[in-house]
Amino acid sequence: MAIDRSVVEKAAGLARIALTEDEVERFTGQLSVVLKAVERLKEVDTEKVSPTASVLPVSDVMREDEIRPGLSREEALANAPKGGRDGEFFRVQQVLEERP
Amino acid sequence: MTELPRSIREASELLRARKASALELAELALDRSRADRHNAWLHLSDDHAREQARAADARLRDGNAPLLTGIPWACKDIIGTKKIPTTAGSRILEGYVPVYSATVVERLDAQGAVMVGKTNLDEFAMGSSNENSAFGPVKNPWCAERVPGGSSGGSAVAVAAGEVLFALGTDTGGSIRQPAALTGVVGMKPTYGRVPRWGVVAFASSLDQVGPFANTVEDAAIVCEAIFGKDPNDATMVMDFPNDDLRRDLDKGVKGMRLGVPKEYFSVKGMEPGVERAVRAALKELESQGAKLEEVSLSLTDHGLAVYYIIQPAEASSNLARYDGIRYGLRVEGPDLLETYRRTRGQGFGPEVKRRMILGTYALSAGYYDAYYVKAQKVRTLIKDEYDRVFQKVDALVTPTSPTVAFPIGAKVNDPLAMYLNDIFTLPVNISGLPGISVPCGLSEGLPVGLQVIANSYQERTMFRVAAAYERATPHHLERPKEEAA
Repeated sequence: MAIDRSVVEKAAGLARIALTEDEVERFTGQLSVVLKAVERLKEVDTEKVSPTASVLPVSDVMREDEIRPGLSREEALANAPKGGRDGEFFRVQQVLEERP
Repeated sequence: MTELPRSIREASELLRARKASALELAELALDRSRADRHNAWLHLSDDHAREQARAADARLRDGNAPLLTGIPWACKDIIGTKKIPTTAGSRILEGYVPVYSATVVERLDAQGAVMVGKTNLDEFAMGSSNENSAFGPVKNPWCAERVPGGSSGGSAVAVAAGEVLFALGTDTGGSIRQPAALTGVVGMKPTYGRVPRWGVVAFASSLDQVGPFANTVEDAAIVCEAIFGKDPNDATMVMDFPNDDLRRDLDKGVKGMRLGVPKEYFSVKGMEPGVERAVRAALKELESQGAKLEEVSLSLTDHGLAVYYIIQPAEASSNLARYDGIRYGLRVEGPDLLETYRRTRGQGFGPEVKRRMILGTYALSAGYYDAYYVKAQKVRTLIKDEYDRVFQKVDALVTPTSPTVAFPIGAKVNDPLAMYLNDIFTLPVNISGLPGISVPCGLSEGLPVGLQVIANSYQERTMFRVAAAYERATPHHLERPKEEAA
């Protein structure tokens, strides 16, 4: 299927990726070619076939819920981005509006 | 000593005979890696390697050291290493230093193996040429103008150029076997669920698997024995098979074995005559050793590519959502949080990663989910069924690894579909969860060709047996790029 640039812009928006004008243009052409190639799957009859999400021959394997040590706070914060740490916290921009 | 020994086996004999120390091998590997002209390395861990080598020497003196003690190796930079940078070949993880190691690394540490450093790769393992690395392409030691294959290009080159004795890579659609073929070494992808992926940067979780590059089939099996086996941290490791017998059948030969030759693998567009010639000669060799070759049909081979290029980007788009600039990696701040996400990911990811994020997001989005993702999963079922049926008739399949030899850098970089076709023979193996190995089977136009052996799930021993029988009878695994000769 040939797609137009609005499709690329919409998917990039959902994926939270800022694209340049040039990228939108290029990806639109390239992804049209790829989508056209995968369209061929329509030729395969899958009427009575169930989907495979995993090739493992089991499902719903249970285990005991045991408490184990995880990362320490310091370890978890160790790779915080530049300007992304505030003491014991990750610093993020405000997402909630203050109540009047 | 100016060159590393030819194999893990040979090196371990030298170490035990006190003809070389682990520290000498480590220094030699570090020297050779530092002199590498192929951009195979992203980070050399000198001090860490020396420390491991000294500990290995102590262990060798005490006796009872495992086979891998003191053996220098290279780690694809998508596998997490404690206190040693891990970038996945991406700007978005530049400067990231894991606080824990992947289970496979811990297991090699426990064996006393010596990690020399981290190798270059296509960003997040997305690529078949190693041109998608944010840190520059890797060059093929057989010809510097050509790609080494990908995505584990640096690991393949580190072994091919004699810089280490083995390497780890990851294989989602051929990322170990294809670069192994294009650089003339052995590369192997285990059965899905046989190697722990804890601590490995996730790409497409129903397909990813860690595996070795090595100089010989036996060496690959030695590494597998060290890294296989259950890990409570990996929920895909549900089957528990013994892992200490992978070398048991290496010397048994192929007499009386039934080997399947899928006819569709020889009729794809773009198959080079020189590759077909080398692979046909390999089939003849196996036949002359007493194997019974049977033509089989895998009619959905062509559709594998379409299934793969829906499922893999879909899973990747979900896995890579975690790179949001909040907890680790790059952050490019915008006026609000949404804009911070968009800018961080827009600037942090390279073009191929963005293409796949967009493709995957599109295939999973409302209105397209059934037509693309569910449809691909259904055809995946049919592909897996086809392999299951074939393995009722044959013990293993023998095929080309890649339709071409190493191609020129830049030749396919603007044509994603042409690039994706490199993996046409390897990705159905991931789709079906099977083990596969590539072994060198001669040259075409002076460049290496790979023979792929595919076995049924958990039948690595059978796969190694066929590969070893071929290797024993031919000199191809001994061929090395000329510029690397001392």
